[in-house]
Amino acid sequence: MKIYVPRDAAAKALGAEAVAAAVLAEARARGLDVTLVRNGSRGMVFLEPLLEVETPEGRKAFGPVGAADVPGLFAANFGDHPLALGLTEAIPFLAGQTRLTFARVGVIDPLSLADYEAHGGLTGLRRALGMTSEQIVAEVKDSGLRGRGGAGFPTGIKWDTVAKAKAAQKYIVCNADEGDSATFADRMLMEGDPFTLIEGMAIAGIGTGATRGYVYIRSEYPDAIAVMEEAVKIARAAGLLGDNVLGSGRAFDMWIRTGAGAYVCGEETSLLNSLEGKRGVVRAKPPLPALEGFLGRPTVVNNVISLATVPVIFERGAAFYKDFGLGRSRGTIPLQIAGNVKFGGLYETAFGLSLGQIVDDIAGGTRSGRPVKGVEVGGPLGAYFPRALFDTPFGYEEFAGKEGLIGHAGLTVFDDSADMLKMARFAMEFCAIESCGKCTPCRIGAVRGMETVDRIARGDASAIPVLTDLCNTMKFGSLCALGGFTPYPVMSALTHFPDDFHAAHQEAAE
Amino acid sequence: MTANATAVAQRTDDIVADLATLEGPLLPILHAVQAAFGYVPQEALPRIAEGLNLSRAEVHGVMSFYHDFRTEPAGRHVVKLCRAEACQAQGADALAAHAQARLGTAFHGTAKGVTLEPVFCLGLCACGPAALVDGEVVGRLDAAKLDAILSEFGA
Repeated sequence: MKIYVPRDAAAKALGAEAVAAAVLAEARARGLDVTLVRNGSRGMVFLEPLLEVETPEGRKAFGPVGAADVPGLFAANFGDHPLALGLTEAIPFLAGQTRLTFARVGVIDPLSLADYEAHGGLTGLRRALGMTSEQIVAEVKDSGLRGRGGAGFPTGIKWDTVAKAKAAQKYIVCNADEGDSATFADRMLMEGDPFTLIEGMAIAGIGTGATRGYVYIRSEYPDAIAVMEEAVKIARAAGLLGDNVLGSGRAFDMWIRTGAGAYVCGEETSLLNSLEGKRGVVRAKPPLPALEGFLGRPTVVNNVISLATVPVIFERGAAFYKDFGLGRSRGTIPLQIAGNVKFGGLYETAFGLSLGQIVDDIAGGTRSGRPVKGVEVGGPLGAYFPRALFDTPFGYEEFAGKEGLIGHAGLTVFDDSADMLKMARFAMEFCAIESCGKCTPCRIGAVRGMETVDRIARGDASAIPVLTDLCNTMKFGSLCALGGFTPYPVMSALTHFPDDFHAAHQEAAE
Repeated sequence: MTANATAVAQRTDDIVADLATLEGPLLPILHAVQAAFGYVPQEALPRIAEGLNLSRAEVHGVMSFYHDFRTEPAGRHVVKLCRAEACQAQGADALAAHAQARLGTAFHGTAKGVTLEPVFCLGLCACGPAALVDGEVVGRLDAAKLDAILSEFGA
């Protein structure tokens, strides 16, 4: 009998280790021959720990399972049981998805290269090894893939710049400093299908002439770091990395690096400084990292999801991938549904769903059962969207058009108990804590921003135009997105939820 | 309690010798030093600086930039509570107030052998409030669950 219990951090946080131990103990007690696979998460965090058992009809799911439920599941022979969810693939949350980047996550044993290949892995890299650099770059350009870290810059154009740069050494740097609240796609991918990221980086290396790569993972992700370290070792031993990638005569090798708790290092130039062993201070651009990046050499800096999407593009073709999506947002996007929601987790789908469909239909509204007040889209630098804007389709330009951003596609849902003035203050406070200090609008502006929100909270209405003006300065005067985008949550809170700011004066006046 | 200065210097030299050839070796070295001692002792900084041909000020500047590196040992246990928005939407603020009151310390402080720290996102945003307790992830934390953990720590 084959049983799956995820090793994903979210599953662990909800008790998967105890469930896995209980499965082994119960199998032993019953004298059953059980193979326990520690897969990644299927992304249905509301059902974690999700236990699956292999049957002739397909994998059947049970969840959320506690260690105490395990003997009962064995007693029921994994048939009729109150926790039974039927065939995993038929669970509505999963059945409605288009899984391209996350096709294997939760399905395979993350550290089995054989399992990886049996599910389509390495097909893309093998195809790329038969192509010229120009063809590889053209394939990525044609796919319409844009940076999934948040900036949305066309990945192919970045690769093209690095491919054309002349240098003795070039690099592929994977940005796995996924610090935005509500985002966990990078973590889930690295913990659930690390070879996809390795394959994507190898294709990037072959395509641009870079022979060395680094994955910069935040220290807050100890599980992801452990899986990636192990996966790189396995890949190297199997000849997928090294001087002779899959026997092609081409070289590419990569290493894992750990961040040290600085949010700003998710900004690419700050990340490069950190990787070099410096303070994670933002660099002025130009020069572009594509020309003068890591150690001053041409460097591709891409997000985990961008790189992990490359293999499927090469496996199934640019046209196949480009066929999904809307407008200039092509392909699929892993939505990360978080905060106060009934059905939280990762939902990969083509661009274009409306925010309302995501929040009401997929997430099922709030866990608390109270009305949804607003949704912060895109992490701590993203705007708060009120219900009035729920018809906005999920796409880069569509959200920008509503003074917001999709960022890394994280959504935090708040119920009506949220105080948006407090959230605006938090945005400024977070910026003040995490500012690298290089530019004045961010370093000083965030502190003044906190003070100004506090003035509004004390009932000083004259501070509202000051806050607006300050946000304008930060937005246009900051060197990077930390200071530049902090105005999004602040101004959206002020614009869409004015009552929370005016109530403050009324209370103070009384 | 701080580690013996000579022992620190010796161990740091070994770590530097091991890692100095990496591209951008300083962060891996600081992580290794912290793993060895539980914090980055002052005595380690001049050794690292000498080994990498940097000034001591540069090494201090890098170390002090990052939230992760400690200048003194933590308590026997470390509880990192997530303070970011997704956890706030699920009651993290009340939990943070409870933790501080129960331990009798503010964030960044140590009381009853437990160091309490804020963390901004653990990637457990669909099962918050989340925490990292001695390096282990915990989800859907509430006051009762936290009390049970702290009681186990004798705090």
